[in-house]
Amino acid sequence: MSEAKARRSDLRYRIGLNLRAVKGRSYPRIVGANREPSWIFFEAFLPLLGIAAYVFVYQFFGGQALAAITTKTTAAPWGMCGHDPCANAAAQAAAAAAVGANTNALVASVVLGGTMVAFWLNVLWSMASQLYWEKEIGNLQLYMMAPMNRMALLGGMAVGGVVMTSMRAISTLVAGVLVFGVIFQVASPLVLLAVFFATLIALYGLGMMFASLYLLWGREAWNLSALMEEPIFFSSGFYFPLGGLLRIPGWGPAIAIAGSFIPASLGLDALRQLTLGSTAFGGNFWIFDVTTELEILVGMAVLFLILARYCLAYLETLAKREGKLTSRHQ
Amino acid sequence: MSYAVETRDLTRIFAGKKKRRRKAGEEVDESVGPVTALDNVSLKIEEGELFGMLGPNGAGKTTLIKILATLLLPTSGQALVAGHDVSKDPFPIRQVINMVSGGETSGYGLLTARENIIFGLWDKRNAKVRMLSTGQRQKMNMIRGFVTDPDILFLDEPTLGLDVNAARVIREYVTNWVRGQKGKTVLLTTHYMAEADQMCDRIAIIDKGKILACDTPENLKRMIRTETTFRLEVDAIRDLTTFSTMQGVKNFSHKDDIAKNRSFLTFILEDEGPVAEILSTITLQGKKVHSLQKSEPTLEDVFISMVGRGFE
Repeated sequence: MSEAKARRSDLRYRIGLNLRAVKGRSYPRIVGANREPSWIFFEAFLPLLGIAAYVFVYQFFGGQALAAITTKTTAAPWGMCGHDPCANAAAQAAAAAAVGANTNALVASVVLGGTMVAFWLNVLWSMASQLYWEKEIGNLQLYMMAPMNRMALLGGMAVGGVVMTSMRAISTLVAGVLVFGVIFQVASPLVLLAVFFATLIALYGLGMMFASLYLLWGREAWNLSALMEEPIFFSSGFYFPLGGLLRIPGWGPAIAIAGSFIPASLGLDALRQLTLGSTAFGGNFWIFDVTTELEILVGMAVLFLILARYCLAYLETLAKREGKLTSRHQ
Repeated sequence: MSYAVETRDLTRIFAGKKKRRRKAGEEVDESVGPVTALDNVSLKIEEGELFGMLGPNGAGKTTLIKILATLLLPTSGQALVAGHDVSKDPFPIRQVINMVSGGETSGYGLLTARENIIFGLWDKRNAKVRMLSTGQRQKMNMIRGFVTDPDILFLDEPTLGLDVNAARVIREYVTNWVRGQKGKTVLLTTHYMAEADQMCDRIAIIDKGKILACDTPENLKRMIRTETTFRLEVDAIRDLTTFSTMQGVKNFSHKDDIAKNRSFLTFILEDEGPVAEILSTITLQGKKVHSLQKSEPTLEDVFISMVGRGFE
């Protein structure tokens, strides 16, 4: 064996090789994708419009509730506090403050949801279908022929996706705060960061797993992505606190539990608790407490990463056996 | 002796597929295959060799390269690259190989040539890849193949679709790369005869998944030196059945130039005896003979002699 070949088998070389692979695979996403200025319109402005629709609906309901409180009648000289007339001015002020707080909490939930939607869409449309597209353009065979670990390839896709989408997510968050005047109160920044990153790792772990499956399913994967988009927006509580579904008898808890298998659902629930306070919405709309949700997210992250590794290894072998690893035209 | 590449009875069969076709105005499902892409292929490529695989489209060249590049599993048989089995031990193989395919569309269109391959194409370094011409893109792919400084390089039709100059530059570069360094091996597949003849130390002729012959270009041509090759340019001719049964005609091929309304015939003859009969057969059909040339055998003649048809 030549000296060059011997060098290639040492641990340091392999670590360096895999890190370079992560960097190399994330580069096109981070740098390349931002070369198209159209992303500002499609991925920052348009999502803001989607958020705005929910915000206006919540603000309308808030306005209606406030009008009921402040409208004085002979039967209710201090307005209505729920189903009963307010007892006095202090009760009226307290009810009005509660409506204001709940409206802010709902709007903040929507802005946070809109931020996390960017990551979910990135996982669904970009991460999951990426290997399929890599195959179509002829890159996949080059990756599969390269000596790096397959997880470095998936890791690079995930890192690139996280960084690229973070820019879009931050722009949505900032625009949401500035445009809709949302107030966040972060009590535990470190826990918030831990939840955020655990959510992202679990979410992109799921994306890595999907990437392998989509490679097998080919174009059918697009239909699957389309099928999963809107129902998951609902069942994951992107635009409302998911715990609210638990209070709907019958189908509500079933949908909430099903939605919780998407890491974004529990992550979003925990992020809302950490930025709005666990007492927001009277503390009634949360699925679990933050610690439990963080533990589940860490578990999901580990599980999805392991499954992604084995899925890709299995599907690589299957694709090599069936001749599906290389692009169509070759 | 250590071989850079060694295959033993390598066979690859692709499973059958259902294809939807239109027949008599109706869509019908037709079964295609299974297809035997490689049929008991055994060959040995020595370290430092520039080895060519010559064969028409669909001969099995690309399938062989994909197996050697660890992208496809053989159905049966064994393939060893740098002493490692492609099926059982692909990791060490991947450390020493690289592959470039002609007509490759890999790379990221939004990145520049420099970002895709780090160097090369200096004057186009800041151009986005999607703005490069086919030739420039292929040049970029070639550079990508050399960037990792592989010990074994698989080139699958590397000059496909390139203009004469670009193809010449690539041929020279590859040849110098193998000759100028110790221990570098190239497996080149092509259906350009001259390319294989000019570049390769040894050539395997492959057709329908089988290796028909494997030797140096000179030895391959020597195999039919006892035979005589005649090339004719005649008015477009349709009836070729007489030639296949003609005494003394070992094999022949023909190509049509529709624009010129001409046919180009190549005859591999046991001796010069049948020439007069060939000419009279053509003239009896009312066709004019525009040129008649006795020539030295080429690799194409070797192929025609073995298979009974040309590459086209």
